[in-house]
Amino acid sequence: MATATITTESGSGGHSPGRNYLNESSGILSWVFTLDHKRIGLMYLVGVMSAFLLGGTFALALRTELLTPGPTTGMTHDMYNQMFTLHGAVMTFLFIIPGIPAALGNFVLPIMLGAKDVAFPRMNLMSFYLWMGGALFFVLTLFLGGLDTGWTFYTPYSIDTNTSVVSAVLGAFVLGFSSIFTGLNFIVTIHTLRPPGMTWFKMPLFLWSLYATAIIQILATPVLGITLLLLFAERTMGIGIFDPKLGGDPVLFQHFFWFYSHPAVYIMILPGMGIVSELISVFSRKAIFGYRFIAFSSLAIALLGFLVWGHHMFTSGESKMAAIVFSGITFSIAIPSAIKVFNWLATMYKGSISLATPMCFAQSFIVLFSIGGLTGLFLSTLSTDVHLHDTYFVVSHFHYVMVGSTLTAFLGGLFYWWPKITGKMYNDIQGQIAALIIFVGFNLAFFPQFIMGSRGMPRRYYNYLPEFQTYHQLSTYGSYVLGAGLFLALWVLVQSLLRGKPAPMNPWGGNSLEWHTSSPPPLANFEHTPEATDPYDYHANKYDPAVGGYVPIPKAQKTVDPYGGIE
Amino acid sequence: MSTLAPAALPADGHDHGHDHAHGHSPFLAHHFENHEQQFDSGKLGMWLFLITEILFFSGLFTAYAVYRANHPEIFTYGHMFLNPTMGAINTVVLLFSSLTMAWAVRCAQLGQKQGLVILLAITWLCALTFLVVKYFEYSHKFHLGIYPAKYFVYGEDPHGELKATGNAAASHASDPHADPVDHAHADAKPAGDSHAKGEHAAGGHGDEGLPTRAELPKDIGIYFSIYYCLTGLHGIHIVGGMIAIGWIFWRSLRGDFGPEYFGPVDFVGLYWHLVDLIWIYLFPLLYLIH
Ligand code: HEM
Ligand SMILES: [Cu+2]
Repeated sequence: MATATITTESGSGGHSPGRNYLNESSGILSWVFTLDHKRIGLMYLVGVMSAFLLGGTFALALRTELLTPGPTTGMTHDMYNQMFTLHGAVMTFLFIIPGIPAALGNFVLPIMLGAKDVAFPRMNLMSFYLWMGGALFFVLTLFLGGLDTGWTFYTPYSIDTNTSVVSAVLGAFVLGFSSIFTGLNFIVTIHTLRPPGMTWFKMPLFLWSLYATAIIQILATPVLGITLLLLFAERTMGIGIFDPKLGGDPVLFQHFFWFYSHPAVYIMILPGMGIVSELISVFSRKAIFGYRFIAFSSLAIALLGFLVWGHHMFTSGESKMAAIVFSGITFSIAIPSAIKVFNWLATMYKGSISLATPMCFAQSFIVLFSIGGLTGLFLSTLSTDVHLHDTYFVVSHFHYVMVGSTLTAFLGGLFYWWPKITGKMYNDIQGQIAALIIFVGFNLAFFPQFIMGSRGMPRRYYNYLPEFQTYHQLSTYGSYVLGAGLFLALWVLVQSLLRGKPAPMNPWGGNSLEWHTSSPPPLANFEHTPEATDPYDYHANKYDPAVGGYVPIPKAQKTVDPYGGIE
Repeated sequence: MSTLAPAALPADGHDHGHDHAHGHSPFLAHHFENHEQQFDSGKLGMWLFLITEILFFSGLFTAYAVYRANHPEIFTYGHMFLNPTMGAINTVVLLFSSLTMAWAVRCAQLGQKQGLVILLAITWLCALTFLVVKYFEYSHKFHLGIYPAKYFVYGEDPHGELKATGNAAASHASDPHADPVDHAHADAKPAGDSHAKGEHAAGGHGDEGLPTRAELPKDIGIYFSIYYCLTGLHGIHIVGGMIAIGWIFWRSLRGDFGPEYFGPVDFVGLYWHLVDLIWIYLFPLLYLIH
């Protein structure tokens, strides 16, 4: 057992005040070649948020076009097709998959673990540059004639269209490697860089969720990689594997694609669930209920996620038997998901809840994820899916899970760790208002889509029957409200950078290790090798108005390790 | 694996934020406590990477399996065009290189610099040999007009080889009526054959008794798509391996490795064994099974 004493950890950090990872070295090159996971995480953060802005601009344009049936903005059919494709592809591959793990995860994972860095810092930097490369390919696609296949690249259309499938496919391929390397790095870090005392069951749940995510990243992404390479070879060399004209099998592409992309939706949601587990516990000031259930349900979701891809092909002519089996397994994913939701609710029960900005996002998450998840059951039911497939019901379902849930979790995490990342506090009231506007705007934008979808409005259409206009209008106005809320959130953060108060070490009273180091942390994360703590012990810190944050309660005697130092 | 971290802590485990780069071996990264922890991280990382490699290939193996189930006829004919002798030579070469690689790892662990350098050089040369053999196999096929599906022109037009990658040839190939027209040429096959024999002594055998274009199933080209994808991807991995072996060869000349620090040799070795192993599957699946 290391014998670090808690007294050195009070106030705003140990010695050499003012030294932190942001000012440890300066100049553009110190960022370009940095191997520090915190700086890399920050660069990712800027990158994914720019991608989100790009994808969001497309989204608002799409929604504006749909305000009336027929042409509204002067956009042509072809432009519409390209725009929804790039909107989907940019949001999925550039924002939502790397968002939480690569940006927030990179920043906090080693600190929460008590390590100095990830296991392979160089590979970490490389994965960031691979992300940049993939992003450039997507931007290139815009200039090389766009892409109109939908983000799913379904064959045989993707073989025939004369838009720039090749550059988009290469972009997604490169991004896949970025994702694999991030996952690999996280798994190795969690296995080998845990300091003494940090047993598996003392790890904060966010780390469990990143671990489960990393398993999916490693096992699913290579299959997407080879699929994209095959599509690339199909277009450039006509290998015929997916091309029905040459005797190939176009549905094989769908199998390959969804074998990755269904697990990928859990790459998107699991880290978000991890963040929410942290937020719910900290802002209820109550130990998380059912720690092990939440931890293992992440693993269960990761594993089950591999067995259900066929539910995307109920209508592509798979055998009845296969469809029934896929449907059944799909239902079973509801179990671990529900375990999490019930555990969060149980944690809040009789907790002393504070609705700080991150907690507001966590509450949105629970509501939106529940709606998104429950509507998934309609889609996994064979008979209803035949009716709902490729309608706006599906669009709404995946926006509830991907955007409503993951985006709010991302924002919750961003606001939660913002003081740690930047060393600045923000205006909490404005943050709460932003969270509320985002919640209202989101529901206004996407709930009407459930209704019009179930009434038969097909997805990916530029035009529609007049009877759907009210829903489309509501949806479009909702998207404006949502956009306004997001800009308000951005404004709050920018204000905080410009004139925020210095953040204390522990503004929220959390007890996981990132709150045991100064804000922002020093280059090696800690001044002294930290001692593993129970991350959900809320009796270890108390609020100190002088510091504006929480400080450790000095313990009368020597630290007693409640776990007795065994795993 | 999970037991490593605590064990890896030195007795004076305090204050590690400051003492990096002092009193450590130059090959110990600052965020690791000791060589053992660094080695374990690298090894786990390498194994995970190898898993992704296996999954990467598994997509192609699945394509192979799907086509075998759907179009058994293209496999009955396809393998006739492959040369098992050359495949067998390459199998032996790779197996031998795995042996030298494993031995090289042992030398690194024991600090036997000379042995390490020599064994790595042999491994590298084996890799080169493999590629040379592969080059003869590929160019022989190209001469016969055996390209991936859309460009497959074998026996179509003995005088049109140069057009092989052009669109004319391609549309020709996919035109089912082309067969009877070219039948005479295809039957007279020596044109393509002698061509090959003349240029490649090593590729001369085994060409006799090749089926004519008319005898081949329509989608036979997909067999070669699969063949080129699998062996091509594997070939790229061989090239990657040569770069990696070259790198540790250079480092071992410099004397970086010894009993305390031999991780990179070990990890490249693991990679090389995997590349070898994948070939062990490719060889029977493509060359031998009927
Ligand atoms: C900012 C609010 C957003 C709005 C208003 C919006 C709107 C839309 C619209 C109108 C479509 C086209 C539907 C169709 O024509 O079938 C669409 C598709 C899609 N969106 Fe969003 N979106 C938003 C945010 C996001 C985000 C953050 C993501 C990332 C996860 C995302 C992922 C997708 C995907 C994957 C598709 C499917 C594209 C396809 O059909 O191939 N969206 N969205
Ligand atoms: Cu799915």
